[in-house]
Amino acid sequence: MGNTVILVLVVITALSFDFTNGFHDTANAMATSIATKALSPRVAVALSGVLNLIGAFLSLAVAATIASGLVSTKLVTLTVVASGLAGGITWNLLTWLFGIPSSSSHALIGGVVGATIAAAGGHAVLWHGLVSKVVLPAVMSPIIAALVAATGTWLLYRISRGLTDAARQHGFRVGQIGSACMVSLAHGTNDAQKTMGVITLALIVNKTVPAHSNAPFWVILCCALAISIGTYVGGWRVIRTLGKGLVEIESPQGMAAESASAAVILLSSSFGYSLSTTHVATGSIIGTGLGKKGAEVRWNVAGRMATAWVFTLPSAGLVGAGAYALADVIGGTIGVVVDLLILLAVAAVIYWRSRGTKVDHNNVNDEWTGTVAPPEREPAAA
Amino acid sequence: MSWINLSALWKIVVYGLIAGAGLPALFAIGLRALAWPGGARRVRAAGAGAGGDADSDVLIGGNPVGMVIAAIIFLVILAALGWCVYEVYQIGHPVTKK
Repeated sequence: MGNTVILVLVVITALSFDFTNGFHDTANAMATSIATKALSPRVAVALSGVLNLIGAFLSLAVAATIASGLVSTKLVTLTVVASGLAGGITWNLLTWLFGIPSSSSHALIGGVVGATIAAAGGHAVLWHGLVSKVVLPAVMSPIIAALVAATGTWLLYRISRGLTDAARQHGFRVGQIGSACMVSLAHGTNDAQKTMGVITLALIVNKTVPAHSNAPFWVILCCALAISIGTYVGGWRVIRTLGKGLVEIESPQGMAAESASAAVILLSSSFGYSLSTTHVATGSIIGTGLGKKGAEVRWNVAGRMATAWVFTLPSAGLVGAGAYALADVIGGTIGVVVDLLILLAVAAVIYWRSRGTKVDHNNVNDEWTGTVAPPEREPAAA
Repeated sequence: MSWINLSALWKIVVYGLIAGAGLPALFAIGLRALAWPGGARRVRAAGAGAGGDADSDVLIGGNPVGMVIAAIIFLVILAALGWCVYEVYQIGHPVTKK
């Protein structure tokens, strides 16, 4: 019976992670559309939520990578999966507090791998799968995305030279809506899969389903819902950093960036690469800054993000390992419960901290002044 | 097993460029065709400089040939997107091995 209790806890934690994944990553699809005002913030997050839901059903390749390609399913226990999730959620919430678009995927994978190492040692990790399907794509995907986005931006400005500025803004805003939708869809095919993969991993570990199984339908459905609700809630802090902080974006750039992200994510998903949509979106946005003459990329913001990326896998891994160690010392179901209670407490503290410097759909587009939360506005004169 | 799957890599780069930069470029051509001057309405030509007045965001130039070309281009883009999504679905749902 103990196993069933832990399994249920793991599934709930995994779905919570999926939720944080959704709101952390709304930015990837919608930040540029919100920044150029192609879509109003509310409409953008709603649209993105629905498309994530659809995308989650579209492809299962990445879920398979996560479930069977990263750690040895024979050596992993449910406690490991729970600890890994705790690591992933903690990192996601922390980076959201600071408005850093870090990779939810790496947070998750780092957490699970860290907990696995703590539990069974390094040999339980399928290093080849980890490096070839996660680490290398993480390094290459932003570069490819930047290349595609820079090319696209250059082409768009070149071709649309004959239009007046205003007509160009207008036309590409329409195009941007289309491309942003594709990114949301792509996000569903890649990120929703990761939680499905983890729940499937838990089910395999618990012998509820045989090894190398695909995600059962209820798992797909729950994950799709969790990520789309998370997306709808919207991580306004990250949206602000991506949309306003990195590059001042015009609508042709937004369209180029989103098309590049969508193309790279969809292609990689089909090959089963669990790449970070965050890295891709950031690469695209930087690329679109490089592709337009006179556009300025705020490299200090980019540098801060890149630093966070490097730390994501190890930090989430450390938290995951720590959580496992604690659960292991206490032992059994109680150990997992204690872990999750601590996680809840941490989440509550972070949420409470975020209230102090609130970013929401009202102030998400305020002028970038170097901070995530814009300074208090004067009370609006009716 | 190699660390980098080169064949997947070049496919991602090439198809990425075609879909990720080519399709938006096609869209831009569609916009140009749409804005082709002619007919009753006229759009001000390039060189109007930054800003422009409120009227100048009119996109439809009114040239029938331009409009038809634009419509065809936009349909081609939609078809391409639909096909992409279908492909992803096909690849992402391999026949379940039991």
